[in-house]
Amino acid sequence: MSFTLEGRTGPWEIVVGLEVHAQVTSQAKLFSGAATDFGAAPNTQVSFVDAGFPGMLPVINRECVAQAVRTGLGLKAQVNLWSRFDRKNYFYADLPQGYQISQFAHPIIGTGEVEITLADGSTKTIGITRLHLEQDAGKSLHDQHPTKSFIDLNRSGVALMEIVSEPDMRSPEEAGVYLTKLRQILRYLGTCDGNMDEGSMRADVNVSVRRAGEDYRTRCEVKNVNSIRFVMQAVEAEARRQIEVWEEGGEVVQETRLFDTGRGVTRSMRSKEDAHDYRYFPDPDLPPLVLEAGWVEQLKAALPELPDVRRARYAAMGLTPYDAHVLTLEKETAAYFEEVAAGRDAKVAANWVTGDLFAAINRTKTSIAAPPVPAAHLGALLDLLADKTLSGTLAKQVFEAMVETGKSPGAIVEERGLRQVTDTGAIDRMVEQVMAANAEKVAEYRSGKDKLFGFFVGQVMKAMQGKGNPALVNEAVKRKLS
Amino acid sequence: MHPTDFSLRGAIEALNEGLLTSVELTQAHLDGIAALNPRLNAYLTVTAEQALEQARASDARRAEGVAGPLDGIPLAIKDLFCTVGTRTTAGSRILGNFVPPYESTVSGNLLRDGAVFLGKVNLDEFAMGSSNTTSAFGPVENPWSRRNDPDARLVPGGSSGGSAAAVAARLALGATATDTGGSIRQPAAFCGIAGIKPTYGRCSRYGIVAFASSLDQAGPVARTVEDCAILLRSMAGFDPKDSTSADVPVPDFGAACARGVKGLRIGVPKEYRLEGTPPEIAALWEQGLQWLRDQGAETVEISLPHTKYALPTYYIVAPAEASSNLARYDGVRFGLRETAKDGDLKDLYERTRAAGFGPEVKRRIMIGTYVLSAGYYDAYYLKAQKIRALIKRDFDEAFRMVDAIVTPATPSAAFGMDEKQDDPITMYLNDVFTVTANLAGLPGLAVPAGLDGQGLPLGLQVIGRAFDEETVFAVGSAIETAADFRAVPTLRAGA
Repeated sequence: MSFTLEGRTGPWEIVVGLEVHAQVTSQAKLFSGAATDFGAAPNTQVSFVDAGFPGMLPVINRECVAQAVRTGLGLKAQVNLWSRFDRKNYFYADLPQGYQISQFAHPIIGTGEVEITLADGSTKTIGITRLHLEQDAGKSLHDQHPTKSFIDLNRSGVALMEIVSEPDMRSPEEAGVYLTKLRQILRYLGTCDGNMDEGSMRADVNVSVRRAGEDYRTRCEVKNVNSIRFVMQAVEAEARRQIEVWEEGGEVVQETRLFDTGRGVTRSMRSKEDAHDYRYFPDPDLPPLVLEAGWVEQLKAALPELPDVRRARYAAMGLTPYDAHVLTLEKETAAYFEEVAAGRDAKVAANWVTGDLFAAINRTKTSIAAPPVPAAHLGALLDLLADKTLSGTLAKQVFEAMVETGKSPGAIVEERGLRQVTDTGAIDRMVEQVMAANAEKVAEYRSGKDKLFGFFVGQVMKAMQGKGNPALVNEAVKRKLS
Repeated sequence: MHPTDFSLRGAIEALNEGLLTSVELTQAHLDGIAALNPRLNAYLTVTAEQALEQARASDARRAEGVAGPLDGIPLAIKDLFCTVGTRTTAGSRILGNFVPPYESTVSGNLLRDGAVFLGKVNLDEFAMGSSNTTSAFGPVENPWSRRNDPDARLVPGGSSGGSAAAVAARLALGATATDTGGSIRQPAAFCGIAGIKPTYGRCSRYGIVAFASSLDQAGPVARTVEDCAILLRSMAGFDPKDSTSADVPVPDFGAACARGVKGLRIGVPKEYRLEGTPPEIAALWEQGLQWLRDQGAETVEISLPHTKYALPTYYIVAPAEASSNLARYDGVRFGLRETAKDGDLKDLYERTRAAGFGPEVKRRIMIGTYVLSAGYYDAYYLKAQKIRALIKRDFDEAFRMVDAIVTPATPSAAFGMDEKQDDPITMYLNDVFTVTANLAGLPGLAVPAGLDGQGLPLGLQVIGRAFDEETVFAVGSAIETAADFRAVPTLRAGA
């Protein structure tokens, strides 16, 4: 049942905790008015505060605070009405002030939890230790000049939320699912865009191994892993390394490591001995961050629906647990589904979205954010199905035409004359023609060969180029043959 | 009367009455600077052309009847205030070439009210010092001299030594200054002028090169208490760019000077009767209290029991904050940059900071780094924070019984440039009467009250409740009136 890694001397359990750095979605930086757009030209989004100029002072951006509170509420966490900013002191070229403003002793958000659902359908609760606000540093560019390093301060001062989990995960899968779920919650809340390839989310992975029933052994921290897949790989690679160390009679030493994505191994970055002494102390430029309970309540009341709640609602609408899960993974998918399902049969809508639409997205290499068929068009298609203008088969044809042309289903039906035939007189005449042409088979049917019923239906539909209403065709065939 | 002999208020009246123009007033000060600054070294940068331009613009405004409260008044700006387009050094080599692209809020407020800036004045490096001898650009000389030893060159006090010397020598009608542990009040006392460190949060710190953020506060020095009040009214005010700035109204401090002290209760802290205080200072203190009683105040002995811990507490808190505040001077983005060996970043830091900072700044960075280090934080920094809270509580309790507290401003008169230099602790003792107001965030005013046996000025200090500068000005004015301090320094413009 529980996940273990097999060493030479027996099975080992993995213990994983994650520290996730999530960039706060906001117009301006945590302590300055400079913009935060990704991909801007180097050093174009930098105020004198961000560049650490003499006499410049930080002023808290209330929107970043609101985003942290929303996130805390989304993680079912305690919101601390009194928190404080500390300075974390160290020298680096891309850290203009010579310290990072962070929350060390008194974070804005306390303990919370995230429920994850694993591939086997089981669920597990991962504890959240804390969430705090801090500034990002700038970026050192070492590949722009043969002998010089360049500094880009666009990121300097950008607001980050550091979300620290309890060491509650026991497998690479759990780490991956937790990170996926966390990302999903943040994206639903609109507090972080979760774009790991743009660096909006990155994880420090704490890994240790132990024998079943033991206390925790020494852990190592794998820094700055920037994709969910790499997190899972890093967990396993680091666990295997530690198992080898222990099994060879060695001792794992606490240290910071980096994951080499090319070779799939971790390597040492710095040991505990040469770890920085950050000399944390309360930032005297900033008074304590005091929140009003009423303001927190307002934010809570305005919180968007979270994935777990939405999934339960979809299940209550009659969707399968699988469909409910798939449709809520990304909030864009859920939004698309809701637009299609509005005022229509939810199950039919779910089948089309998870079936034909997902297939079309894969095939055309598009995304739900820029779908090959707009939700309004898919909804209109479902209406044509519901009012029997189209049969199921015709609807599939029309859908493919929508993917190809981008036109609305109404326009395609008109252009191609794909309208379903519901004229019973016309259907009856067609059934009579088919019966006349297949007199032998009629006789066989009437002598008891029931299986031939499908043959007649097929022949009639073929003769009508698929446009006959299937129910009416069935009914006519049955009536004429009896 | 020579134009530089006006008080600030007197000059405003003279300008209003058309007795002189701002250009004449400004030129007279510039002439004084040209004559005396080579010796005094009070100004690091003289912005003569800009000053005359501002003066001409001011005269034009006055002619149109749209003059501001300080219109045409020539001031000196401590070189810790960033001034857009004018070099701002903080008295340090590391900022020797730094020209800020922004204006500090306080200097901006003065410009808004029409002031003329004569230039930037000298200070102890990063405001760390009590003698203005730690400036990277040479010491400032006190314009006063000893009666029996006129050739001895005396310090003006520090860190706002340039501000105090310039104002005392009539090279400005007033000056901006900053006070972290006594840096306004001690030099004001040494130079025979008035100076107030207002309540923490009264003046914005935006654009002032930081020394110790929780203690730093800007204030004016000027030759009279009322001049200080006029200047403070312009300098003060809420600033959304400083999170520690207080959103409270700025009263008419000038009007408060004439309130009188009748019925006020004046606290006399027994812990400030230090052993070794010169008898002249003890006598002046008693004299000051008598003047206040004569004008209808009541004096009451009070206790501020944690006073003896104030200096050690200050010398933990201030260096701790400084060690972090000064980390940004790394040679990467502005200021001095030394050439690194093999392009090594750590070497760049080490060489730049070794060359850029003077010994006192280095000492405080080391002390500050030490007291914040893992394993020492609780014993030093945290304990100091706790004692700071107790010192503040001492004052809270005292101010339930009294309206203001009066103490000596300094434990001695101005000393010689070659004195007190052997041991940093001796120098730190200069702040013994002043650091408490910084630790508690309270307003403190130094007012000249008399002369010692050598003919050097001595000051008294008035400490008030938070945001009650008005009472402080009233008490200070009462002492000033009674003292009728008319002595003038040897070196002064127009003499």
